[in-house]
Amino acid sequence: MAKSVLVDLTRCIGCRGCQVACKEWNERDAGNTTFKGDFTNPAKLNSDTYTNIKFVETAEKGKVGWSFIKNQCMHCREPACASACPVGALTKTAQGAVSYDFDRCIGCRYCMVACPFDIPKYEWEKTSPAVQKCTFCAERISDGMLPACIKTCPTEAMYFDDYDKIVAEAKMRLDKEPDKYVKHVYGLDEAGGTNWLYISDMPFNTLGFKKGIPNESLPDYTWSVLSSIPEKVVGIVAFLGAVAYFRNRGSNEEVN
Amino acid sequence: MSAQENKQAVLSGGAWLAVLLVAAMIGAALYRLAVGLGAVTNLSDDVPWGLWIGVDVLAGVALAAGGFTIAAAVYIFNMKKYRPVARAAVLTAFVGYVIVSIGIFFDIGKPFTLWHGLVMWQPHSIMFEVIVCVVIYTSVLALEFAGPFLEGIGSGAAKTFTSKKVMIPLAIAAVTLSFLHQSSLGALFLLMPSKLNHLWWTTMLPYNFFISAIAAGLAMVSIEYIIASSVFKHDCNFDILRGLAKGTAITLLLYFLFRVGDIMIKGNLGLMAAAGTGTLFIIEMALVLAPMIMLFFFSSGSEKRAGTVFISQSLVLAGVILNRLNILFLVQLGEGATYTPSFIEIIITLGLIAAIVLAYRIAAVKLPIASSVQADS
Repeated sequence: MAKSVLVDLTRCIGCRGCQVACKEWNERDAGNTTFKGDFTNPAKLNSDTYTNIKFVETAEKGKVGWSFIKNQCMHCREPACASACPVGALTKTAQGAVSYDFDRCIGCRYCMVACPFDIPKYEWEKTSPAVQKCTFCAERISDGMLPACIKTCPTEAMYFDDYDKIVAEAKMRLDKEPDKYVKHVYGLDEAGGTNWLYISDMPFNTLGFKKGIPNESLPDYTWSVLSSIPEKVVGIVAFLGAVAYFRNRGSNEEVN
Repeated sequence: MSAQENKQAVLSGGAWLAVLLVAAMIGAALYRLAVGLGAVTNLSDDVPWGLWIGVDVLAGVALAAGGFTIAAAVYIFNMKKYRPVARAAVLTAFVGYVIVSIGIFFDIGKPFTLWHGLVMWQPHSIMFEVIVCVVIYTSVLALEFAGPFLEGIGSGAAKTFTSKKVMIPLAIAAVTLSFLHQSSLGALFLLMPSKLNHLWWTTMLPYNFFISAIAAGLAMVSIEYIIASSVFKHDCNFDILRGLAKGTAITLLLYFLFRVGDIMIKGNLGLMAAAGTGTLFIIEMALVLAPMIMLFFFSSGSEKRAGTVFISQSLVLAGVILNRLNILFLVQLGEGATYTPSFIEIIITLGLIAAIVLAYRIAAVKLPIASSVQADS
């Protein structure tokens, strides 16, 4: 059963312990950052930052507040990046992670363009660059441990379990406190469903979650093109063969 | 006319400029291989695909579509009128695809792993399909061009490669492979319905790419024919130009109806009202309709100036190139991202274009490119 995570945004206090734990476990450089006008730091994900906490100022019923949004690979159930990759460097594992194999990657960067959540980042400074993104701490999970960010979270803002249990938990929390939560589980349907799900007390569109992502599986769009290639080839060859036969009957002259 | 009599030197006048650009490109390319993709380009996590993918690959492949279109007309449909441009069209496509492949080699982050694309099969990837089709089609183009090449070096084997029993199957393969990868370059963007404005994003995107590539290919063949007849001082056959103009105009009309009809059916025409994206779309459509009307006018009239058709067909190219660049950058330039190509990106793109011109010129001077078979035989 694929592993999954429920991020309860109402529980996050913005301590960014998850960011530090992620960098430590994955041995990523801290990097130099500069003040960009809000407390999100680093401002964006990059090849050394698999996760960050986005600080969003909110105003509800005249009260100013903060929302803290944990940002990392959503580990789509049917990932656009994996279907995009021409060499199978990105794969969806049975365990739930979308994992990356540097040795296969050719560096075409189609995964970066294809990802609806803009997650894969590139090592632009290297001569032999890799795509970098959250690994779902796949080796930790295999060894029966929690992903580093979840392990370190002091408020249990992230709940880790099998996918079905996570979905049930999300629905249970919404049912239990309908006044607290927005009636939507982000990731349940988006892009055909993701293994990271979010519940929130603020509308998702005010928190900078990506808009306009369809609920269909994105790879279905391209698979419908690819899976019909055999019929198309047979059709085109048969049609052109017939045209060539009738248009060139009885002549064997040189044509080129 | 069994072989073209060209007394011209391979390199004269403007050709030296092309040599210079190619030399600069080779220098820049070696530097790129030494220091890496990020160091020489202005690409970023916001804009991972830039000038090279836009011009060298997306526009380049569309402009090379004349190769399969003319091959289909001459060898499959037996339209004898176009024989004088057939070899030139195949040559352009062949040179074009080789250069596109070189462009892809420099664009990917790990150039020396490009061969992975052929051995690590991933049949769910549009990119994989494009790679396979481009490689096979480039080989087909090499075989299609074997006739003129062998004739040029005086080999007796040339006869085999100019016979119908070889050229017809090759032309059928060319159309099939071209349909697949030309349309698949559009299908690359099917994964991005939330990133691409729905004046462009539609499940019909593959067909839009294929039809517009035919228009671009025919436009390119016309432009080349006009330039070649001026450079190599042979008569410009207006009958051929009119036929190509009519073909381009009909293709543009089909493209316009198909594309706008699809947008209307999906109820997205209102998106035209948006400043920016709406304006880009209207410019694109103007670059379909204006040359279409001019080409219909040219094809029916007794217009004797090649300039008219040259300008109209150039507008067709501009429209198709704009379409490819619009799609490429609309996908990436959301949320305040910016991109301006670096000096080295521009040098390599200019150098690759110069390499196409140069290779075409060398082949046109050294080999019998004007068909060995007369138009009216």
